[in-house]
Amino acid sequence: MAAIQGGFLANLGRIYALYTGTFIGFTIFIGLLEFMGVPNRILGYLFIFLTLGVYALIGWLARTAEVNEYYVAGRSVPAFYNGMATGADWMSAASFIGMAGSLYFGGYGGLAFVLGWTGGYVLVSILMAPYLRKFGQFTVPDFFSARYGGNVARALAVVVLITASFTYVVAQIVGVGIITARFLDIPFQLACFVGLLGILLCSMLGGMKAVTWTQVAQYIILIIAYLIPVVVLSAKVTGIPIPQIMYGQALEKIEALEKTFGIAQPYASAFTDAKGAYSPTAMWNFFALILCLMVGTASLPHILMRYFTTPSVKQARDSVAWSLFFIFLLYFTAPAYAAFAKLEVYQHVIGQPIASLPAWVSSWGSIGLVGACDGANAAQTFALCKGVTGNGDGILQLSEFRLHTDAVVLATPEIAGLPYVISGLVAAGGLAAALSTADGLLLAIANALSHDIYYKMIDPNADTKRRLVISRVLLGLVALVAAYVAGTLGADILFLVSWAFSMAAAGLFAGLVLGIWWKRAGDAAGVWGIIVGFGLCMFFLIATEFYGPWVKQSLSWMGDINIVKIRGRDVAYIWGINNISVGIFGIPAAFLAMLVAGWVSKPASAEMQDFIDSIRVPAGSVRNAEAAH
Amino acid sequence: MAESKLTVSQQTAYWEKTRGLMLVILAAWFVFSFLIHFWAPQLNTIRILGFPLGYYMAAQGSLIAFVLMCVWNAKAQDKIDHEFGVQDE
Repeated sequence: MAAIQGGFLANLGRIYALYTGTFIGFTIFIGLLEFMGVPNRILGYLFIFLTLGVYALIGWLARTAEVNEYYVAGRSVPAFYNGMATGADWMSAASFIGMAGSLYFGGYGGLAFVLGWTGGYVLVSILMAPYLRKFGQFTVPDFFSARYGGNVARALAVVVLITASFTYVVAQIVGVGIITARFLDIPFQLACFVGLLGILLCSMLGGMKAVTWTQVAQYIILIIAYLIPVVVLSAKVTGIPIPQIMYGQALEKIEALEKTFGIAQPYASAFTDAKGAYSPTAMWNFFALILCLMVGTASLPHILMRYFTTPSVKQARDSVAWSLFFIFLLYFTAPAYAAFAKLEVYQHVIGQPIASLPAWVSSWGSIGLVGACDGANAAQTFALCKGVTGNGDGILQLSEFRLHTDAVVLATPEIAGLPYVISGLVAAGGLAAALSTADGLLLAIANALSHDIYYKMIDPNADTKRRLVISRVLLGLVALVAAYVAGTLGADILFLVSWAFSMAAAGLFAGLVLGIWWKRAGDAAGVWGIIVGFGLCMFFLIATEFYGPWVKQSLSWMGDINIVKIRGRDVAYIWGINNISVGIFGIPAAFLAMLVAGWVSKPASAEMQDFIDSIRVPAGSVRNAEAAH
Repeated sequence: MAESKLTVSQQTAYWEKTRGLMLVILAAWFVFSFLIHFWAPQLNTIRILGFPLGYYMAAQGSLIAFVLMCVWNAKAQDKIDHEFGVQDE
């Protein structure tokens, strides 16, 4: 590597073009193997182990002992590539595996994820990224410490960062577990730990530098893997391989089929309940979720720290635009994926005789993601059939077909009868999405522990070598704990991820925005903003999720509260709001707390205001108020 | 990096322009994130290429607007930076 090192940044275009070509060639090669009769299981192994091997190789080549490279990739990542890396960092198992599934079932309601997970970048671009880049430190808690008077604010920001990122990373490992379990044919718990190895190989040695260049590689794989099956489906169903334009036809066909099935709530109808009537509650939930996801986007440290790696403020701004463009490519395809998948199921699965169902039904059924619940004892074969009574007529009716949200993307190629090579490709893409996000999150957590807690608060004299060793050890430990939690609990990916967004939004957004845009805000404002916003958010999350009946009894003064049986618990919905958007309570509370604390306490010092002036302008040095003390 | 050469009044003028741009884009963001979707049920009665328009706006229209807003911010802010001579590359 040493010989190429000097030329690596200069040759980025050539290196990644070669890499993309090789990957496409490899996919075609696997297709040929399938054609020659190599068993599916081997094809799945090849896809998973070869891509893992490539990530590990990049991680190894990019190993580093430099602090600047370990934490911020040497601040040498051009806007375009940082955009791709952010895209991979951003698009997790929830985007790749979960989102189209939620669109499949939720129709218009699922579009809250599509909107919420893109629009937040506008906030990142106009409110934060350029100023955080100018500030030019290593972590998001660094900003809280510099802006709000030191270690109290830093420690609080670390608490929010770790809670949100840990919740998020558990969801990613569940995603990795689902894919490895299905395609390597091993138990889910074990699969979580196999996936973990992949994560550690990429990030342990090279920190941010290794993660950045692996994420670029992972973005290329995940976008190819997401687009190919939809393009093929579009060509198959409509004759034209541009799914993003052609799925309008699929929507029309779905609507016609819904009428024959007697479904009252049309797929594309906005803000309706199960009977198809207009529902204001559905509308408020839709907007609440969008707000939480967008504000969360602009608060999640693993994303914000990506903009610390660009060479300049200008490139940080450009890089946000590139990030959103690369993310957009997947997000505007997801509704097409969902529509074509739904059409396939409606046309070719429903109404089939049970005896002649294809092999994918049992292979996905055995890991509890698909159920064909016609017979009285179907629940013995399909875990998903628990509580479903089929009519036993030997035909699969719509009400007897069960599909898990997280299986829609992964299983659709098989459902549509596409060659298995496409299934393997999708699995590799899902794995890339989950691993790349897990890398970024684990790095954010490990950096907060090693840089913010250990170096800044416990031992400011620690030398570089010691700091990096500690960071690596912590990275490994956090990953192990996360894999253990994921393997034993498992959970709905989309819910875990959405909660992480709400936590970050309630805890960090107000402090970041007002820290840059409201000079008067003093130390007290920053500290109280986090305590009130994050505290309230966590209180409502835990109370509504785990103590629903108590909420209904004790908080009835708040207004309308009802109990919904979901995820095996009695969950409380306050004002009809699903706790997936629990940030809706914490975000305004954080702003209110900051405004009150900011006005009653004394304004920020002259040095602090000078510091804020210096990060608002791209040129010139940062006049850090902390250093003046 | 050289020390920023802005006088206090230049700094104020620079920040007013920057804030103005931020507020305009923030308003556009609000329109495409929330406002237009209030009318999704009504827009859904219009169909283009099979797409109900309300569905299309949430699935694609707003997303395209978001990408354009980020590009717009990057370009417009860069222009402001050059106007005051405070660009960093």
